[in-house]
This record gives sequence, C-alpha cells and structure tokens, in this order.
Amino acid sequence: MAKVPVQFTLNGSEKAEFIDSGTTLLNALRDKIGDTSPKGGCHQGTCGACSVIIDGELRLSCLTLAETCNGAMITTTSGLAEGGVLHPLQRAFLDTFATQCGFCTPGMIMAAKVLLDHTPNPSREDVVEALSGNICRCTGYEPIIQAVLAAARANSQNAA
Amino acid sequence: MALALQTFATVKDANAALKLAGTRYLGGGTLVVRAANEGDVSVSGLVRSTDPALSAIEVRGGKVRVGASVTMAEIARHPELGALAKAARAVGGPAIRNMATVGGNLFAPAPYGDFAVALLALDATFGTDDGETPIETFLAGRDDGRAIVTSVSFTKAGSFRFLKVSRVKPKGVSVLSIAIVLEQAGGGTVSSARIALGCMADRPMRAKAAEKALLGRTLDPDGIAPALAAAGDGTSPITDPIASAWYRAEVLPVHLGRLLLS
Ligand SMILES: Cc1cc2nc3c(=O)[nH]c(=O)nc-3n(C[C@H](O)[C@H](O)[C@H](O)COP(=O)(O)OP(=O)(O)OC[C@H]3O[C@@H](n4cnc5c(N)ncnc54)[C@H](O)[C@@H]3O)c2cc1C
Ligand code: FES
Ligand code: FES
Repeated sequence: MAKVPVQFTLNGSEKAEFIDSGTTLLNALRDKIGDTSPKGGCHQGTCGACSVIIDGELRLSCLTLAETCNGAMITTTSGLAEGGVLHPLQRAFLDTFATQCGFCTPGMIMAAKVLLDHTPNPSREDVVEALSGNICRCTGYEPIIQAVLAAARANSQNAA
Repeated sequence: MALALQTFATVKDANAALKLAGTRYLGGGTLVVRAANEGDVSVSGLVRSTDPALSAIEVRGGKVRVGASVTMAEIARHPELGALAKAARAVGGPAIRNMATVGGNLFAPAPYGDFAVALLALDATFGTDDGETPIETFLAGRDDGRAIVTSVSFTKAGSFRFLKVSRVKPKGVSVLSIAIVLEQAGGGTVSSARIALGCMADRPMRAKAAEKALLGRTLDPDGIAPALAAAGDGTSPITDPIASAWYRAEVLPVHLGRLLLS
C-alpha cells in the first residue's frame, strides 16, 4: 500500500504523518496520532460517535479519508479543555448527567459545539436537529439536550 | 480495508484514471467509503478531482448550474436556492449533509436519492466532459456509466414542492419522497405537471399516469382524485427495514394528495 504524506492542524498543533493511502481520518487519528477521543461505533455514518470538526464543519471521521484533509483545521473533543479547565459543554454534560457509558459523548459534544458556534442561543428544536445524526444507546437523549441548553445558557451568562 | 486514492487537478485526468477496473469516483464518500468499511472488495481504488468548477454554484436569472461536488449543506444555505433547501435538508443528519454531494446523490440507490428526486421533477440535465444528458436518460443508465458527472443544470420553478416521508424525525431514511413541479392556467387548472417519486422503484422515477390525470384538473380533493388513483401505476416500491413495498404503495396516494393540496 502506497504511503502518502498528510499534514493538518489538530487541536492547534501541526501534525505531519505518512499514512497508507485510503486510511480513514478516524483510523489515522486513533491509531497513528493517538487521539482516541473520536470513537468508532458503526463505521457506517449512522452513529455519529466519530464526529469531528473540520474547517468549522461537522464531519464523520469514519467516512472521511485522511489524505483529503491536507491543510485542514481539525478539532476533536480532546482539544476542547484549556489548561485543565473543561469546556462549558464538557462541564454541562458532567453536571447534568448527560453521559452514561460515554461512548457517544465525544460525538455529541462535537455536534453541539458546531451548533453553539453558529447559534449561541439555540431553541430545543435547534438542539434536536443538531444532534439528529448522533445515536445514544443509554441516556434517552433528554439529559443530552438539557446539557447543550445549559451550556448555551452558561456561555451567554459568561458573555454578559 | 484501505483504498488507494488518486487526486487529479482536472476532470479529464480523473476520468482517464477511472477506466481502471475496481476504481470508483469519490464524492463525499458517505456511500463509497461506507461500502469499503463494510468490506466491499469490489472497490479497490478511488479517484477524485479538485477542479474548482466542481464546487461552484451559478445562478443566472432563472437558470441554475450546480457543480457535482457541491454538498447538501451548501445547497441548503444558498440564498437563491431557497425552494430546494427542503430537499437538501432531507438528506441525512448535519454531518452527512456537510459531506454528501449532489453528484453522489444521483447514484444513491433507494431508499436514498432524495435530492435526485427533486432534480427529476425539475427536469435537470447532467454535465460530463462529453456534454449534457437529460436526467431520465442519465438515471436509466447510471449503473453502466463510468464518466464523472461534473454538474447539474435546471431552471428554477416557482411551483416546486417537496415532501420526504420518514418515521424518525428529524432525521430518518425515506419511506418515500415526492417532488412536484406544476403549472396552472387561468382558473387554476393544471396545464403541466412533473411528479417524481423516491423509493417507489430502485431509483427515482416519474409518476407519469398521475401527471396525465392532473392535466386540466383543479387542485382540490375532487380534481386530484384521478391522479391519486393512478399514482401507483408503473411503480415497484422497495422493501427494506423502514417499510414494505405494500406499505409504500398504500401510503403514496395519501402523501401525494397532501402535497398537491398543500
Ligand atoms: C447515515 C446516512 C444517512 C443517509 N441519509 C440519506 C438520506 O436521508 N437521503 C439520501 O438521499 N441519502 C442519504 N444517504 C446517502 C448519501 O449520504 C447521499 O445519497 C449522498 O448524496 C451521496 O453522495 P456522496 O458524495 O457522499 O457519494 P459517494 O459515497 O462519494 O459516492 C456514491 C457513488 O456515486 C459515485 N459518484 C459520486 N460522485 C460522482 C460524480 N461526480 N460522478 C460520477 N460518479 C460519482 C461514486 O463513485 C459512488 O459509486 C445517507 C447516508 C448515510 C451514511
Ligand atoms: S463510527 Fe462514524 S458514524 Fe458511526
Ligand atoms: S452514553 Fe452510552 S451511548 Fe450515549
């Protein structure tokens, strides 16, 4: 298998790797770079556990080939906490018990982050729509929706 | 399984590389990478082109030309494509819409292909390096064609209506989808109708008997009754975990009626 060079910015750090052509971004992140925050649930685009943000847009890393991300800015959940302080979304997921086994949590947080980046004060419908590509087998979704709304409120209070 | 990807600046070079057996074009990858992840060994290589024309949207007057690499999310937020936004938003969840391309949707087997249903009602044409093809000819031969679709062109229709019926809201695979473009004469009678259906065959199809039955009729319950009676003519709905062929056939007239009266 031909090795190809791939360079991108991951959570603010430059990464340059040689990977097998055709490697998914999910596999490159987890197996090559060691960022295991995106989870491989279905590898079929249906669960959303592998969601990452590429150039500001929510994408599924299991269906994205790493070599198509040359020059991209990639954010994963492991890049959200700053100086040991959790991101408001991470804090809200903990505080409102929005996570049980936690497998879906990184994907949920990425989907929610894109929403709050564009819509700081979302309605409940906005949250449901934003999370509609992410499956959770444990929580029943309501605590997750409440967590995102709580994070939005916390953000707007911080901004005030 | 890893797949070797080859990237070309021009569509011409990508088309040449696509001639190799086992090679497929990579759009957004939501179906082709998914298939590879699932173990489909018929795909051994992928090809893509980074030609900027593939990602362009041009709206001139009423004419629209959309590059094949344009995503559903880009269509949904384009200020001049408001009528089509509903069809673009019908495709998957937010991440899928950021990846799924117009070109890829044309090749998506039922229950997918919701956006292609909209394009069929709009009587779109498809561009390749060799020229333009009407959508019906294109869809009929899509399994044999190997050429890269570069663009989709259509005329904006004021009367465009679209409905995706799904069980899971807001994101769920289609039970069926319907797109309609109508023209009405004075007095409100239908002077021309194009009705396209998704999931009522292995690929988007026209409901030609229903279209004919609408001509000269008004859009009220009595006026549309013959069209609803003819809606299932020529269909062979798919059966999948979402719905059986029987169920799809039963609910088609109900949803077509609602869309015509909306
Ligand atoms: C979880 C999930 C949910 C989905 N939900 C929906 C839905 O609700 N509605 C729906 O319609 N679809 C849905 N899809 C299917 C799919 O995402 C869309 O149909 C999408 O538009 C396919 O486009 P793509 O660019 O990702 O295709 P790709 O996977 O890149 O390609 C699909 C096929 O088309 C060929 N192809 C792609 N572009 C071109 C081109 N320009 N020229 C020639 N050949 C080309 C490829 O070689 C391949 O054979 C879903 C998929 C997933 C994984
Ligand atoms: S692992 Fe990517 S969507 Fe499930
Ligand atoms: S917390 Fe277990 S899948 Fe969501």
